[in-house]
Amino acid sequence: MFKYIMMKLGMAALVALTVSFISFLLLFMAGDPAISIAGESATHEVIEKVRHEYGFDRPLLVQYVEWCGKALTGDFGVSYYFKAPVSQMIAERLPVTMTVGGLGMGFALLLAIPMGVLAAAFPNTIIDRTALTVAVVGQAIPSFWFGLILIVIFSVQLGLVPASGTRTWTGYILPTIVLGYYATPAIMRLTRAGMLEVLSADYIRTARAKGLGWRVVMFKHALRNAIIPVVSLAAVQLGFMFGGSVVVETIFALHGAGFLAWESISRNDLPTMQALILIFSMFYIVFTFLADILNAWLDPRLRAA
Amino acid sequence: MKLWKLPAVLLPLCLLSTGAHAGKADDTLNIAFSKELEHVDPYYNTAREGVLLGMSVWDGLLYRDPQSGKYVGNLATDWKWLNDTTLELNLRKGVKFHNGEAFDADDVVFTLNYVVDPANGTKSQPNTGWIASAEKVDQFTVRIHTKGPFPAALEYLAGPVIIHPNEYYAKVGQQGVATKPVGTGPYMITSVEPGKHFVLKRNPDYFAAAKPKAKIETVDIRTVPDTNTQMAELFNGDIDLAWGVPPDQAGKMKSMGKFQIINAPTMRVGYISLDAAGRTGEKNPMTNLKVRQAVNHAINRKGILEALMKGSSEEINSACAPVQFGCEQKVTSYAYDPAKAKALLAEAGYPKGFEIEFYAYRDKPLAEAMIGMLAEVGITAKLNYMQYAALREKRIKDGTPMAFMTWGSNSVADVSAITSAFFKMGGEDDARDKDVAALLDKGDTSVEDATRKEAYSKALSEIADKAYWVPLWTYSSNYVMGTDLDFAPTPDELIRFYAIGWK
Repeated sequence: MFKYIMMKLGMAALVALTVSFISFLLLFMAGDPAISIAGESATHEVIEKVRHEYGFDRPLLVQYVEWCGKALTGDFGVSYYFKAPVSQMIAERLPVTMTVGGLGMGFALLLAIPMGVLAAAFPNTIIDRTALTVAVVGQAIPSFWFGLILIVIFSVQLGLVPASGTRTWTGYILPTIVLGYYATPAIMRLTRAGMLEVLSADYIRTARAKGLGWRVVMFKHALRNAIIPVVSLAAVQLGFMFGGSVVVETIFALHGAGFLAWESISRNDLPTMQALILIFSMFYIVFTFLADILNAWLDPRLRAA
Repeated sequence: MKLWKLPAVLLPLCLLSTGAHAGKADDTLNIAFSKELEHVDPYYNTAREGVLLGMSVWDGLLYRDPQSGKYVGNLATDWKWLNDTTLELNLRKGVKFHNGEAFDADDVVFTLNYVVDPANGTKSQPNTGWIASAEKVDQFTVRIHTKGPFPAALEYLAGPVIIHPNEYYAKVGQQGVATKPVGTGPYMITSVEPGKHFVLKRNPDYFAAAKPKAKIETVDIRTVPDTNTQMAELFNGDIDLAWGVPPDQAGKMKSMGKFQIINAPTMRVGYISLDAAGRTGEKNPMTNLKVRQAVNHAINRKGILEALMKGSSEEINSACAPVQFGCEQKVTSYAYDPAKAKALLAEAGYPKGFEIEFYAYRDKPLAEAMIGMLAEVGITAKLNYMQYAALREKRIKDGTPMAFMTWGSNSVADVSAITSAFFKMGGEDDARDKDVAALLDKGDTSVEDATRKEAYSKALSEIADKAYWVPLWTYSSNYVMGTDLDFAPTPDELIRFYAIGWK
């Protein structure tokens, strides 16, 4: 097990390094930071001066190594646009994104797993079809549309929750539903498929033959085995959610990391973009790594791989 | 992002509940900024929202009355040019900053010398770049030295150039000012959550020389990026005023009868910049005068205004906004005439037209309409739709054969803020015409109004004759607000929070 963990950890570190290097290169290819810093109606001389002062005229590799060194100590530089330390800005915004992401994931699991189990228990019945419809609708509705419809119904018409912002905890309800619903279909369908496969296995028939109750067989014997692939999927989805949803954060005015990322891109704010890409990919890498370990713990056969 | 508008169609259908406006009851004006303000200090942001805060919390030395356009004293009481590059100002006595610090010459000298020092990295170089230095004569007299003759100085001193308290600034620094700013203005900032939430309270001791005392006790500003969400907040009564509302949405809000909708002109103008200098290649058809004239004749501005723009936008013929000082209106104009456009193209050697790259960054339907009109005279324009930052970068680096751009002049009511910004060999100058640049330079650096007007008039006539741009239209802005709000928009598009009251 230890050897397996070390191997996965090494791979995760390599992926992180590669991602940081590629993102660094891509961003330099995407826009000229000197022009965006120099500001409106700047002349060529000013732009060249900025380029030199900020060191953009040095070899890329030198700039990359310098950036990496600072990033390791948590120093991502100062945002060109906000003039504030990038690490401080991200620290202010990540909690909102992580709260909504975590709640959204919880909502998705609470909705998707029971639905998946039910659908598998009664395949090709009205229950199965209903669960499938809920899932397909979740996949098909664009989040921005769904979000605004929820605002119209629950905020404007019924006055139950604020339309935007997080001044009270009720402000988290609608974003959680929108974000969670989006993740529901994949989890639900994977649960259903896993359950169907497990339910046809011999040991379930044996358990039923022993005279065990339906509920015990379903949840104690079947679900535990069917849930393994769902764990990986949920971990990966959570990694995505912690990267923030630009759409959800924009509609509900959440001021999270996703909205910051979008703003930085449209303003060519290089240090912020670099830091966010690195942090988002770190989430993804860490959660994938944790999912691998969790799976190996649940299923010993994987450890040999 | 077009699909974002879909729910706007549904919104009014669902609205049966009445919008209760909580604002008036607790004397709080709730408003939303649609983008995050990067920094509260007006010298460290370039956003319009920053100008709004700047006007409410701080004061400039002068003030321009938005109705008459005349300059009046604000922190200064009177001023005179000692010579072409020295402006002497007498300062108002008895003014206090929000923290109790007394206002005097030291504050002015500190602020101006601080913002012109490149080491301090202020972001508003166009606003302060003309200042060489400031000097104290006595406790209530200062002299400002400009880098060259700069008559537009008064406009800048009345607008974006605000005065910080020197002792406080020295004590807390730029980062301290970012979270706890202090000015002399009609409102005090009592709470700052950067980029997210600002609370302003009325300054009861405001000296109210040029600007009035604030009418409403509290202004609560949140960032709500999405227009649809802003409309939902309006229905809920959680915000009292929204601006920059798209025409289709404003129309639906109007039809509901529960809101006041005001459409007001702004200083923003639209234009197509043509690569007359051949920056994208010497064989570029836009280097040919007849082709540029043909393009001007091909665009049916009136048709687009009536069908797509609505509101109070109007056609323009000069490369500036009509409300700006020096914006000569009597220049060559090009009426919509596709037959003439075709004839001009044939004369220019393109009887079958040509293909060209067309760049745009906003108002896609308008860009597409213009491309359709160009197609009718034989010009196949291919649309390249980009983010503003990326298009601007491309224009500065390589130029573009045709680009549909807009410019709001940072609400500076002077031609130097637009024509001079684009025709004096800067990065986005597609004409690179030495004569035009020299005329504009003369206008920018003369102190006499008559001399300036004449120089700008000649430059603008030259630009129109040579058809360097296709001047298109002015933009208007829709303000949507509750019926109990007393607010009148101004052409500079700057919302003066202190002038807003309840009916």
